[in-house]
Amino acid sequence: MSAGPPAFERLPSGLITPRVRAGSVLLAAIALVVASFWSLDLQWSALWSRDSLAAMARFAGEFFPPDTSALFVSKVVQATAETLAMSALGTLVAALFGLLLALPAARTHGGALWRVPTRLLLNALRAVPELVWASLMLITAGLGPMAGTLALALHTTGVLGRLFAEAIENAPPAPAFALRAQGARPAQVLLYATLPQVAPQLLSYTLYRWENNIRAASILGVVGAGGLGQLLSYHLGLFQMGRTATVLLAMLALVLAVDTTSYFARRAMTR
Amino acid sequence: MWLPRWRRAKPWQCRWCGASCGVMETDPGLLMAAVRSPYQRDPAWRGRLAWLLVSAVLLWPLLVLTEFRPWRMLDSRSLQVTAHFLAGFLPPALDADFLRVVARETWRTVAIATAGVTLALLLAAPLALVATAALSISSLSGRMGVVPFVTRQAARALMVALRTVPELVWALVFVRVVGLGPTSGVLAIGLTYGGMLGKVFAEILEGSDEHPTRTLLANGGGRLQAFLYGLLPQAAPELTSYTIYRWECAIRSSVVLGFVGAGGLGQQMDSSLKMLAGNEVATMLLVFIGLVWLADSASAWLRGLLR
Repeated sequence: MSAGPPAFERLPSGLITPRVRAGSVLLAAIALVVASFWSLDLQWSALWSRDSLAAMARFAGEFFPPDTSALFVSKVVQATAETLAMSALGTLVAALFGLLLALPAARTHGGALWRVPTRLLLNALRAVPELVWASLMLITAGLGPMAGTLALALHTTGVLGRLFAEAIENAPPAPAFALRAQGARPAQVLLYATLPQVAPQLLSYTLYRWENNIRAASILGVVGAGGLGQLLSYHLGLFQMGRTATVLLAMLALVLAVDTTSYFARRAMTR
Repeated sequence: MWLPRWRRAKPWQCRWCGASCGVMETDPGLLMAAVRSPYQRDPAWRGRLAWLLVSAVLLWPLLVLTEFRPWRMLDSRSLQVTAHFLAGFLPPALDADFLRVVARETWRTVAIATAGVTLALLLAAPLALVATAALSISSLSGRMGVVPFVTRQAARALMVALRTVPELVWALVFVRVVGLGPTSGVLAIGLTYGGMLGKVFAEILEGSDEHPTRTLLANGGGRLQAFLYGLLPQAAPELTSYTIYRWECAIRSSVVLGFVGAGGLGQQMDSSLKMLAGNEVATMLLVFIGLVWLADSASAWLRGLLR
């Protein structure tokens, strides 16, 4: 009596094999790409025409030389400082509010009554990009860096709140349990067991978001929310290309400086 | 220490720790001594106070530089404008004409993102191939030649340059050259994302097992053959997964690009905001959140298929 392979191994493969699925997904992707190019009336011919190429070359040529007069450079430096301040303050405010919202959003504290609405709020804050928040904030806070700061703070609160909530949920439960067993109140458990454990992680998330926010703050100004972006869109709008070039250079220098600093800081910390 | 009857601890529960530690029954005086004992005081209070002062001093210039005066938002005129705008949010604009416009612009947003990522792929694939050191023939025998090395570094530098300029700045510049409309959005996403995708593609290719590739190259295979049969089979899932993730990001950024006139939902939202039409803004914000959520889940599902 030979025991053949169990019956379930010989079941016919279903209609949707991985190959069929991969093929249909690929077909759908191709259809999406074709439909996208077809439905957008892209002006390729206008872009590659001799006139527009000449215009583009002239446009690029106007960037040189960048305006390096002392007065304008000091203005750019001021705007750079403003950008940095916006990002720092926005991140700080976001870290505070993110922590406040992370507590009810985390599974460890409180019940679903608070958790569900808090999570919804965090998701909504996170889903709207900084630039959209900035143009909404312009209505309330008026033109200037405060609108940008608030916009950064709102979006980052959503991001950090979610990250913080996850960090709190993933903290080892033993110290909290030990305190609770000794009769400590929830606030004490949080202050003396949960927070000290997750503090380094919260700090590293905050620094990571700060890095992102510096980049975001430099462009938020194009809707009028202060910093380098506002200078950029102002001078670009007036077709003062030399000054635009200076602002662009400052922006690139800022981004590159942030990238290198974070690269070396990360390397130093992980070593 | 005398306590009224109702404040006296029950024998099974202590007023200070909520459990049955027994302190209350033994000696209230002992308890008070314990509360005031130096062990109960924060041993690091000096350090904490110093840090608090230092951060307050550091915070001050930030508040000045960002003109952070939240109370300015609370004066009556500002409040009136805000209240009026927010009151307009309810009910969201739902008339058929407007919904048709929103649907068209939403599709355009997706289309700009998709076309942009396609362009970025066309840019990134050759750049990544050029930049990947694993496909170097000269480095099979010792060090890489000078010309190949310089070419690879040049490709890398080009990708860094493309990536460093934010897409919004590219869009601003292209709007000046080709005029308002989706073309500048597609070009902006194509260039920035081309740099990003190229860099990450090169990193993924460098990170995969070099052995099959080197064997193919050493046996006389061309670089493209070595890539197709040695590198690509290992790296394909990761490359696809990253591209899908970037597509998801491109949808988000194509909304933002609309604010500088690059077409799509953002441009529509910008004009509604300028007219302070709260109900239209509300509808578009809801649609946008839904779109991001859809893109998010589609990308998560697709990347799940690859695993």
